[in-house]
Amino acid sequence: MTALPITEMDLHAYVDKLLPEARRAEVEVYLANNPEEAERLQAYQAQNLALKDLFNPLLDEPIPEKMLSLASQPASVTVDAKKRPFFSRWSLERIAAGLLIAVVSGVSGWLAHGQYQPQIRSAQVVPLSRQAAVAHVVYSPDVRRPVEVRAEQEDQLVTWLSKRLGTPVRPPKLGALGYELIGGRLLPGNSGPVAQFMYHDASGQRLTLYVTTENTANQETGFRFAQEGPVNVFYWIDGKFGYALSAGIDKGELSRVATVVYDQLEHK
Amino acid sequence: MDSSALLAEIPRLRRYARALLGDRVAADDLVQDTLERAWSRVAQWQPGSNLRAWLFSIMHNLRVDQIRRPNLPTYSMEEDDFEVPTRATQSDALEVRDIAHALSQVPDEQRAVLLLVALEEMGYAEIASTLGIPIGTVMSRLSRGRERLRVVMEGRPSGANLRVVR
Repeated sequence: MTALPITEMDLHAYVDKLLPEARRAEVEVYLANNPEEAERLQAYQAQNLALKDLFNPLLDEPIPEKMLSLASQPASVTVDAKKRPFFSRWSLERIAAGLLIAVVSGVSGWLAHGQYQPQIRSAQVVPLSRQAAVAHVVYSPDVRRPVEVRAEQEDQLVTWLSKRLGTPVRPPKLGALGYELIGGRLLPGNSGPVAQFMYHDASGQRLTLYVTTENTANQETGFRFAQEGPVNVFYWIDGKFGYALSAGIDKGELSRVATVVYDQLEHK
Repeated sequence: MDSSALLAEIPRLRRYARALLGDRVAADDLVQDTLERAWSRVAQWQPGSNLRAWLFSIMHNLRVDQIRRPNLPTYSMEEDDFEVPTRATQSDALEVRDIAHALSQVPDEQRAVLLLVALEEMGYAEIASTLGIPIGTVMSRLSRGRERLRVVMEGRPSGANLRVVR
């Protein structure tokens, strides 16, 4: 068996994980015999990681308003007007976004009272951590109706939310950490339905897990932490899923819960 | 092309522009110009084709136009080896391990390829079509850019150990 000679292109494709399995193995043999080359490729792999570390956080920055308006179709562009329904999907999204802005503005004002200068937010795309924190402060204090479907009907809850989100979703089990499922509800996100699961512990402390499937920009992220007023949020993105865990508990404890949630979702 | 699809690409366009230009304001200007041009050329957009690649190529063309614009300080961007103008290097020891600094020492066109590979995780053929250059050129720019970055990061004298690649 004579393998084709290893080219510079093969080496780069190896770094970028673009090689088919068989060729990859051949490159590995080559690298085992060429330590200097192996060292060079390691440096290139480290570059890829360092660049991602440096620039990926930019993906989460709120989009400036000017840019948002440039993204929508300018009036001068006409795309078969007669085919467009009166309420297009996009205009519904804008209405939903408008409602969300109303809620966010109100709640962020409330969150910020006394301590912060209220921040005016008119961005249509609200960061995940903020959406989740707002949903948390809106629903978790509700004594009588914190959820739409209670944990007693967990099967129905799972079926319903999975159907509405168009993909299987299931609340993680946090009993080992002392948090029992109360139930869940459906909410409007940036462009469609999102789900919220609510838990409480023996002291009545509530915790919510916010699940979106509308993520199109990011592939995945590590854990991120955000503080939204009195609410601490751990959030991460995994493919199309965005998860955010919110509670008024300290960062250390919340991170413990987030780790368990993450592990369960990874192994679903 | 619908607005929500376009909206979804904005974070990636901004990340790439910022990494490419190193300056927030200039990067956001470039993204805005890209969005405007995308709408003005919407007739050229093939529904069902790769929106991201199309937007990146619009951005690339705008960037090339910017570089060509007269009265701005520009560097020759030929494939041949050339010494990149650099500022004083006395403080380099402090900065050599800083990837952002190192990236600024990589010539523009090599940086573009490097970032499309590292951040966008595009395949080489996709980069070739996005930038409108042959795949061999993509590979040589990638190779030079990576080596340049390594040399700067390791604090070696620039120009040393650059590999000649087909």
